[in-house]
Amino acid sequence: MIREFALNDVYYLLLAARWTLALTSLAFLGGGTVGLLVALLRVAPFAPLRIIGAGYVNIVQGIPLLAWLFVLFFGLPILAGVRVSPWIAATVAFSIYAGAFLGEIWRGCLRAIPRQQWEAGASLGLSFVEQLRHIIVPQAVRVAIPPTVGFLVQLIKNTSLAAVIGFIELTREGQLTTAATYRPFTVYIAVAAIYFAICFPLTQWSRRLERTLRVAR
Amino acid sequence: MQHVCGGRRIGTARMKYTFNFRDVWSQWDYIAEGIGVTLLLAVVTMIAGLMIGALGAAARVYGRSWLGVLVTGYVEMIRNTPLLVQLFIVFFGLPSLGVRLDAMTAAFIALSVNLGAYSTEIIRAGLEAVPRAQIEAGYSLGLSGAQVFRHVVLAPAIRIVYPALTSQFVLMMLATSVVSQISAPDLFHIASIIQSRTFRDFEIYAVIAGVYLALALAFKLFFAAIEHFAFTRR
Amino acid sequence: MSLVELHNVVKRFGTNTVLDRVSLSVEAGEIIAVIGRSGSGKSTMLRCINGLEPIQEGRIVFDGETVNDPATNLRKLRQRVGIVFQSYNLFPHLSVERNITLAPRVVKGMEREAARELAAGALARVGLADKIDAYPDQLSGGQQQRVAIARSLAMRPQLMLFDEITSALDPELTGEVLKVLERVAGEGMTMMLVTHEMGFARRVATRLIFMHQGRIWEEGRASNVLAKPRTPELETFLDAVLH
Repeated sequence: MIREFALNDVYYLLLAARWTLALTSLAFLGGGTVGLLVALLRVAPFAPLRIIGAGYVNIVQGIPLLAWLFVLFFGLPILAGVRVSPWIAATVAFSIYAGAFLGEIWRGCLRAIPRQQWEAGASLGLSFVEQLRHIIVPQAVRVAIPPTVGFLVQLIKNTSLAAVIGFIELTREGQLTTAATYRPFTVYIAVAAIYFAICFPLTQWSRRLERTLRVAR
Repeated sequence: MQHVCGGRRIGTARMKYTFNFRDVWSQWDYIAEGIGVTLLLAVVTMIAGLMIGALGAAARVYGRSWLGVLVTGYVEMIRNTPLLVQLFIVFFGLPSLGVRLDAMTAAFIALSVNLGAYSTEIIRAGLEAVPRAQIEAGYSLGLSGAQVFRHVVLAPAIRIVYPALTSQFVLMMLATSVVSQISAPDLFHIASIIQSRTFRDFEIYAVIAGVYLALALAFKLFFAAIEHFAFTRR
Repeated sequence: MSLVELHNVVKRFGTNTVLDRVSLSVEAGEIIAVIGRSGSGKSTMLRCINGLEPIQEGRIVFDGETVNDPATNLRKLRQRVGIVFQSYNLFPHLSVERNITLAPRVVKGMEREAARELAAGALARVGLADKIDAYPDQLSGGQQQRVAIARSLAMRPQLMLFDEITSALDPELTGEVLKVLERVAGEGMTMMLVTHEMGFARRVATRLIFMHQGRIWEEGRASNVLAKPRTPELETFLDAVLH
């Protein structure tokens, strides 16, 4: 039975957007953890560690996110014996994916700190980890905020792919609503508008942060 | 839609699973077809995206303010909404407005429009990085605006943003996988067809992932080669 | 009729008046040296003559055409006015030949072979014939400036403007550029040079103009003006420059 596209449907779309944000948060937490690890690996003074980090980034970034979703969705039950719901598959896939990108961004920020800072720390007798912790990372964090916020926007958009493995978020809800109302144009424009309403302010914020950072230098 | 049903496992019994890649290899000719379509999509999109990007960037940097606003509007709309949704709007949405497109055409349009927006931003940064003195020298020689753009500004600008632009291109090549969701016969779509034939879910997607990785590497090498031959002299 | 005429030209950047009712007339064949402090308006005056900067009041006339008239085809005009800037604005992505042949080919439609010959001729005039296939980053500052001069000369302008073209050069490279300028002057080119090279101005210029706070403060034969400054501002300036 076809129903009309009404304000009610917009309401359900908005509710589904909650799951978009929830998945994004989980992915950011998971990806952030992985990303931190990757960034540290890539600046480690030990070549094999750097190679592992580089390998991880290149492999993850060289495979489409859709493929990661499917490989994990079908592979986790086999490889890890876990019962896999769309939530778990999506969270793991996004964490792996985000981890590679965040790792690259954060590595760039660590490297942006001039060599003299490291040397100053070393001359004070600090170990590599201590230099990192007390001198480099605090400065790198400031530099990292604008691109990280920018990536957050990417992440929010990427969660739309989770629809493909049945995860109920904004895009999937859009598909279901289209099936019920037969108004694909209206529905998807509404979906796009909601994504825009979430992403655009973040994009602007990221730009503003970048500008203040540049002025401050 | 994709094979959600096949993926929902209810029982937790850990099944003894034998990996069988041979079934996947036997479908190699289909995989090759899929690769062909993916490459076609990628290359056409890159060319179209580059042209849209150059025009959009020029409009932003040199055009009248209303034109700049238009371009900014376009860029912001694309960059703040997911590619998948853009694809759905073009393929599923436009027919309600009377424009009926087949999957491949819709795919080309959505992908190009998407890449065009990102390229506009990247190339714009490049244009703004060309020193003003060069542009003045061009004008002072009697070159018109279009001539200054083409001979004095464009090449150095692209050289500056080449790394950022080509990584965006590689990402786009990987992102072409979304067109599988409107049943365009790309590599990812072929994967799902093979999956429904062989029921080797994991193997097929693992293989496809590997193929994409190889394609990404190939593109990176290709772009590096171009950089070496076009931009580095003697 | 003079080649260049400025009538009560006023130029402002925002609230800052950079040219304050400047009037000047330049005959064909003259070599005008323009001196003054930074901010006195000298570079701006040059840039207004070929239309790089718009003016707010007054008229600039080049060979009978009003430069600041919106109806004037600036492109055509700029083919007859050459300008060389202080920072070497050779196009770094093009070879010396392509730098020089770009405008002749693209603007005048010249054929590739003819353009290359033209470039070779222009380079010979500045003493760099052997550098025709080099790239700007392989040349010294003085060589780059000489190529910039050749690039402007290749368009056969009626007037050449030089905006402090030796100021950014190492001292030992200045000489080679000044020699080229003397040669071009000797060939009868009408030239306006913003310069700090007083010796050169005295030797080569037919007229010297001292600008101060956007006005022409003193003007006359170079040797006279430099030897007998009539105003305290010029005295102070010469003291500072010639110490």
